[in-house]
This record gives sequence, C-alpha cells and structure tokens, in this order.
Amino acid sequence: MLNQTSFRQSALGIAAISGALLVTPAWAQVKVGVLATLEGPFASPGQDSVRGVQLALDDVKSTAGGKSITMIVEGTNAEPDVVVAKARKLVEQDKVDVIIGPLSGSEGIAIKNYSKSVPGVTFINGSSAAEDTTLRDPSPNFFRFMGDGTQWMAGLGSYAYDVKKYHRVAIVSEDYSFPYSQVNGFMQEFCAKGGKVPAKLWVPLGTKDYSSVIAQLPSDVDAVFVVLGGSDAVTFMSQYNQAGGQAHMMGGSITVDQSVLSARGPFRKQIIGMLSSGPTADNNNSPEWKSFVADYRKKFPNGLQSPSLFANNYYTATKAMTLALDQVHGDLSDHQAAFRKALSNLTVDSPSGDVKLDGNRQGIVDVYLTEVDQNAQGQLFNKLVKVTKGVNQTLGQPREAWLAKGEAGRNYPSCP
Amino acid sequence: MKKRSPSLSWLVVAALVLVPLVLPAFWLQNIFAKAAVFGIIALSLSFLNTYGGMVSMAQMAAAGLAAYAMAYMSVNGSGLGVPLPWPLALVIALTVGTVFGALTGWIASRTRGVYLLMLTLAIGMGVFSFAQQNNELFNAFDGINGVAAPRVGHLSLNAPIPFYVLSVGLAWLLLVLVNHVVRTPFGLALQGLRDSDRRLAALGFRVTLHKIAAFALAGFMASVGGVLMLWYQGQIAPGSVGLTAATNILVIAVLGGLRRPAGAFAGALVFILLQTFATDLFFRDRYNTLIGAVFLLVVLFLPSGVLGLTDLVSWLRRAIRTRQAGEQSSSTP
Repeated sequence: MLNQTSFRQSALGIAAISGALLVTPAWAQVKVGVLATLEGPFASPGQDSVRGVQLALDDVKSTAGGKSITMIVEGTNAEPDVVVAKARKLVEQDKVDVIIGPLSGSEGIAIKNYSKSVPGVTFINGSSAAEDTTLRDPSPNFFRFMGDGTQWMAGLGSYAYDVKKYHRVAIVSEDYSFPYSQVNGFMQEFCAKGGKVPAKLWVPLGTKDYSSVIAQLPSDVDAVFVVLGGSDAVTFMSQYNQAGGQAHMMGGSITVDQSVLSARGPFRKQIIGMLSSGPTADNNNSPEWKSFVADYRKKFPNGLQSPSLFANNYYTATKAMTLALDQVHGDLSDHQAAFRKALSNLTVDSPSGDVKLDGNRQGIVDVYLTEVDQNAQGQLFNKLVKVTKGVNQTLGQPREAWLAKGEAGRNYPSCP
Repeated sequence: MKKRSPSLSWLVVAALVLVPLVLPAFWLQNIFAKAAVFGIIALSLSFLNTYGGMVSMAQMAAAGLAAYAMAYMSVNGSGLGVPLPWPLALVIALTVGTVFGALTGWIASRTRGVYLLMLTLAIGMGVFSFAQQNNELFNAFDGINGVAAPRVGHLSLNAPIPFYVLSVGLAWLLLVLVNHVVRTPFGLALQGLRDSDRRLAALGFRVTLHKIAAFALAGFMASVGGVLMLWYQGQIAPGSVGLTAATNILVIAVLGGLRRPAGAFAGALVFILLQTFATDLFFRDRYNTLIGAVFLLVVLFLPSGVLGLTDLVSWLRRAIRTRQAGEQSSSTP
C-alpha cells in the first residue's frame, strides 16, 4: 500500500537497518534472508508470512545467541526461477547466514536443489509443502519445521468417507507439486476405505477463468475436493457460486486458509461448512495458539482477522532459528555445524503444537481437521473438529513401502 | 545509420577488461554476465526489428526451448532426459532453437506489423503453456533444475570469471556477426524487406524465404542466449518463457535503443541493475513500478534509448566546436 504509513515504515526500516549495520560489527550480527511470495496469486499469504517472521523476531527483540538479527525480505511469485534468483541475491550480495523461506511448493524444491550448492548457508523452510522437498533426495542444510502437504491431509479422507459418507469425490486442483502432495494425502486414506475419485481436474497456477472446469465437474459425485490457494481459491469459489453450483465441498489446507476466508464476496455462503485439514485451527484452545492470535491482532491491526497458516509456519521457522541460536550461543563457525546440529535435535513449541524433526530434517507435526464456520461477528473461521497428533511424512506407513509407491503426481494415486 | 565513435568503443572494451579485476564476483556474474546473456536474447529481437521491421515476441520462447533441450540432455536433478556429452548436447540445443525460429518465421511470414507481433506472441505463449503442462519433456511447473554447467579441464563454466569471459565474449562475437550480416547482400535485402516487402518481391527476391532465414538467424542468437541462461541459473522453468519474460526482452531492447544493435546490451545492463537494486533503493513491494516508470521515461524523453545518450557526447563536441569557430570568426577583425 503506497500510503504515508508504509512510506514512513519503509524509510524507518531502511534507516534502522542501515543504522544497525553501521553500528553493529559483522561478528555480532546474524543476517537472515526471508523469501516470501509478495507477487502473483499468493501475495496475500506472502504478506502474512512476513508478519509471522516479524512476530517471532519481536518475541526475542531481534536478538538470539547474543547476536542481533537483521532481516532482509525478498519477494517472489511462486515460480522456481525467480525464487532461486532472489536466493542468490541474498546469499551472494547480502551475504546472509540463514534463509527462511520459501512459501510455495515448487519454490521449495528449487531452493532445496540450490541449497546443496551453498553449504555455508542454512535454509529453514517457510511454508513450502511439497513432499519431495524432504522425502526424496533431501539436502543436508535444508530444515522443515512443519508438515508437508500430504501430512496436512491426515484424517480427512477417512472422515469424509466414514462420517460425512462421501463415497464419490471429484477433485479440482492446481497443477504443481504442493497440490499433488495434498491429493496424495487425501486419496491414500480415501481410496483405502473404498472411496472413488472419478475425475481429477488440473488447472495451471494462476488460472483466472474456471468456466471450463466447472462445466466438466461430474454431477454424480457426493462432494468436490478443491485444492486451490490464494486468489485462485477466491476466483474459483466466486465463479462456482455464480454458476449456481450446489455440491458439498472440501478444501485443501490453503483453500480455506484465513487469507481466503478474509476475502469478501457472495461465495462466502458457499464456503461455510467446507471440510478441510491442515496445520492450524482458528478456535484451537491451546494457550500457545491463543497468545499467538492475541499478539498477531495487537501488532497487526491491518492484517488478517486471524493469523493464517503461513504466519504460523513462518513464525515457527523463525522461532526454531532463534532457539537454536540461543542453544549454541550464536556459534555459526565451521559451516554452522553446531547450529545445524541444534536445529536437528530441536523440539519447537509452535503455536499449533510441538514440532520435531525426523531423519530427513522433515517436521513431525499435529494435524487439525477443521470445518468452516461463521462467528457472531459474521467472520469466517476454521472450527476444530479433530486433532491427530504426531503425524510423520509417511502417514504412519513404513517408509520403504511408501517410497516404492512412487511420486505423487497427476496420475498417482488413482482410484476411479 | 550512425556509427559509434571509435573512442567510445575502446572505452567500453577497456571497462569490460577492468571489471573482473576491480569488482567482486557478485557483479561479474549477476550483473555483467547476466546483462550479456539477456542482451544476446534482446539482440535477436532488436536485429529482427531494426533490420527486418518485424517485432517478434517469440524470442524468449526460442531461447527457452534451447535451454530446455540442453537441460534435458545434461545431467540434472529432476531425473529427466538422457545425458549426452555437452558439445553434442549444445549443438542439438542450438539446432532446436534455430529450427523453432525458422518455424516461427514460416508461420508468421504472411503477416506484418502488429499482426506479426500478436502471432509471435501467441506462438510464445503456446510454448509456455506446453512447457507448463507437459511432464515427460519439460517436467511441468517445476521445470528442470539441478543442471550443472559443463567443465572444461578444471574450470566449471559456471564460475564467475569463466562465465563472465564466455558470455561477454559471445555477446561481442554476436554483435560483430550482426553488424557484418547487415552489410551483406542478405542483410541489405532484409532491410529492403523492412522498407517495402512488395517492392522486394517485385524485384524477384523470395520474400518468404528471406523472412524465414532472418527468423532462423534470430533463433540461433536467442538459442545461444538460452543455453547461457541455463548455465547461469542452473535450471529452467516455465516462468522463464512466460509472458513476463517475453515482455522483459522487449523492454530491454527498447530501453537500450533500437537504432543500434549494441543498444540491446545497454538496455540489458540498465534493466538488470534496476531489477537487482530496486528492492534496496525503492519500496520492496513496488520495484516493478520503478522499472515501468524508467521504461516510460526512456520512451518519452530518449527515443533512441539509453545508448542514444552516447550521441549526446558527439553532439556536445560538435556544439562546442561550432561555438569556438563562431567565436574565432567573430573575434577576427
């Protein structure tokens, strides 16, 4: 927003950073680069991610391990080429020690590959949730303190089949790595129970016109599982609502995220009752979540009505970094060996439950089954239905068998 | 067509030689070499426009296809393709780009002006959509990543100084090629095509073949840029051949000045500088506004582009000389 406040904030920010950089010697500083999607379909989630990082840094007053933390944010647009270019700028020009990010699934895979070529920098994932970022061919300096898209669907397939009695489901999904993981997680349980998925409609990320997709949706299904995010979700739900669609809906983790629920439009009526699953639940009763929400609302009156999962994930990643820095007293020597060891053994008390890492530096997390509901003020929120604790990357199945089933993609899993 | 003064050329050569000795590796690789790479692709567009009168928005697609072909035939982290020895892969990749250029020229041969622009844009977008959705050859949205640049002896072509020398050297060679081609009978006929293709046809030239050949040459130049782009980025994704990327090439060509081939490189340097440092100097969220504003200013006030500023030097010199001559003649009694 090009208004007075943001100009002042930016000017103050630049002055503060330059002041800090001039006054603080290099050895007393930790430079952190933040990669968030500030353009394109995920611009709103991207803004919330930066708020999450800001909250975590404010918690520790931008100091950890005895060193002051400087944050440099770079905007991307969910495309793999752009995120690697920005990461290179952060590493080669700004000389950051740690990078927090990226946000989108395919960005995560590209950054994982890039991280292998810069062993001197530690990468802590922001919110990118494709499976293959850590499941196959992981990078030794890439840490993910959150679940992946598959883990986030734990419990949804079974609940949809057993409780909601949806036996035939059509899927509308974005065509890249993260939705493949979400569809995989859903279909693992759903197909195992005997559910059928007669149609899977894949749309490119950033699609604006869903008329052909809506026309192709089969009419003999019990529900439609929508795995779109950001502005794509808003656009699809609006057009589906305008086309007079009546089917029951289920959403992927980012389809009913706060960044979508805060948007205005007649589609809001359609969203109420939408089943979903993910890393957060807006009315979670835990004290950590409640204080996180209160903090968010106090610090960001212009933010979303409640923190999104992106704020939650970026907050957790930054908190993990500050905790590990405190543990090793800011020791980043020897290719950050002590710091990385601390990260690997860390259990982070995130707003949505404890997160610890497995052998591939992938998070083992609690997953929340939710349903969209409306509160007394007319705001939409994700009501908690069920919590599944300690979900790992293979959903409890043996790792070899899981890997042998093959990569999640357009054609796998399949149960027509 | 104005010729740049030789002293300016020597100045540029001297600066390019001094740059690796003076500036840190970040500047070598991410500013100058990157400007050379995108300048080469913009040169292909500028060549077609200035000497052929055809604005082709499919140049980035040609570069991207060559990059994809090269990535497919190199060892990569996406598990796709068949690794071949890199000289063979390079030849095949350049052939792919050149053939695509010729095909584009053939499809667009009956159109001119803005219709040719729209047709080539449609072809470019077709390539983008296909790359974004095809799994077997292009790996869809993720693209092909983890591509290592080839090694020559101990040198990795991706290291700052070798890559800088390679890209700036190739840029210079292609610039010399363009300047040479436009003086050959082929090049002169191409300019005749730009001025009036009907008259050229009446003289007995085969206009369609000329267009296809010009597009093929532009495709070849774009392919060189595309392969260099792949080695620089270490990956290729559909975003690199999309609408934004294609428009950026046009912006670069116009920014630098379309009257002289070297304008493409001046425009690329300005563009890369803006892109890299705008987030530090301007609002982080609005850096595209800065690039757009600079573009608008150049189009409005510098019709010969950034390179047109070098005319300022010779204009000043002439103005001073005229003034001095005037003063002398008025001072003699």
